[in-house]
Amino acid sequence: MKVTFTVNGQRVSADEVWEGESLLYILRERLGLYGSKNACEQGECGSCSVYVDGTLVCACLVLGGQAQGRDIVTVEGIADGHALHPVQQAFVEAGAVQCGFCTPGLIVAAHDLLRHTPEPTTVEIREALAGNICRCTGYAKILDAVHLAAERMAST
Amino acid sequence: MKAAHPDALPIAGGTDVMVEINFDRSRPDSVIDLASVAELDDWGPEDGYLRIGAGVTYTRIISELGDRLPGLAMASRTVGSPQIRNRGTVGGNLGSASPAGDAHPPLLASKAVVELASSAGIRRIPARDFYVGPKKNAMRKDELIAAFLIEPSNGPQQFSKVGTRNAMVIAVCSFALTLDAKRKRVGTGIGSAAPTPVTAGEAEAFMQGVLDEGGLWEKRGEIDPSALVRFGDLVAAAARPIDDVRGTAAYRRHALAVLARRTFAWAWDEYRRKSVA
Repeated sequence: MKVTFTVNGQRVSADEVWEGESLLYILRERLGLYGSKNACEQGECGSCSVYVDGTLVCACLVLGGQAQGRDIVTVEGIADGHALHPVQQAFVEAGAVQCGFCTPGLIVAAHDLLRHTPEPTTVEIREALAGNICRCTGYAKILDAVHLAAERMAST
Repeated sequence: MKAAHPDALPIAGGTDVMVEINFDRSRPDSVIDLASVAELDDWGPEDGYLRIGAGVTYTRIISELGDRLPGLAMASRTVGSPQIRNRGTVGGNLGSASPAGDAHPPLLASKAVVELASSAGIRRIPARDFYVGPKKNAMRKDELIAAFLIEPSNGPQQFSKVGTRNAMVIAVCSFALTLDAKRKRVGTGIGSAAPTPVTAGEAEAFMQGVLDEGGLWEKRGEIDPSALVRFGDLVAAAARPIDDVRGTAAYRRHALAVLARRTFAWAWDEYRRKSVA
């Protein structure tokens, strides 16, 4: 089956998609967008977080066919060209990145939080990022990064 | 479409179905995408009830219906993570019919009704009769879940769940409570502690008796702690738990008694503090 949708503002198509294939598989294996990571494939880890029509979801749980005609934004679409988004810049500066595997999913999830809640409390950050697992950092630096990004975004 | 392809697997948010496919536990020949059926995304009033389309996500239940369905909204908040709540639906929970589904206890406690649609028409089944076995429901192969009907709250509601962390957790056991101040009734729902979600009928009858005899609904009076203990014991007795990877049967019974006692105390405290329309 052929699936056509928009990803990061560009119209794309994937041919010969198997009916049971996930959106994550299409993004990574057919479109070469490796930012969204493939880990648990059951919605537990958040590493594949993307936007579908502006809603934060796990790409591994979206059936490829369900992406037909939708507007997808991946972590590759968060930055403005080579200029990092404030959330990304804050992750770098706060030391919220260690091995980096969970980082793309956390960037998209934190980006979504700050769209809805520009000045989140620590509890709100914890709840918003509860579906993103990081095995390195212990999360403290990630919380710092989101606070830092929120401060910067509020002052611009 | 379902009539023509009775073996096609319906998929809504994909939070259950996609896991099965990703892990190659099921390989359906065909799937029906319900997420693209706009009619399933609607909700509205119907004869004193709220009719809520099967495709309404947990996120929307919390944000759009939290004031009218506090018990279901509390349960929805314990579902997975933002990513999961943005996709997962009560309709999907009903379709999977897992005894651990978080939506089931509040649906049971509030005496919700499930609406099934097929090319033959529509039929409505009380949630209490909908769950027939572990991951089995009363739906025929030619039917799809269209909606559920639930009465807006007539009094305090509670939901409580035991798990190893606050997010991303399948219930070890869970309990929902609905106080219907209009009819002076008590509703219960137990999750993850029997082959299906179940109610605790004896516990409901016992507590209604206590409240009626003492005239406590009218007086908004205090409840004797021993009645709360008895209520908890009757809820625990209504469960038929097993030992599994998430917990033992004995632990589940004990935890349910505690959850029932606590949620009733919270709900009754709320009832005593404010007058309910």
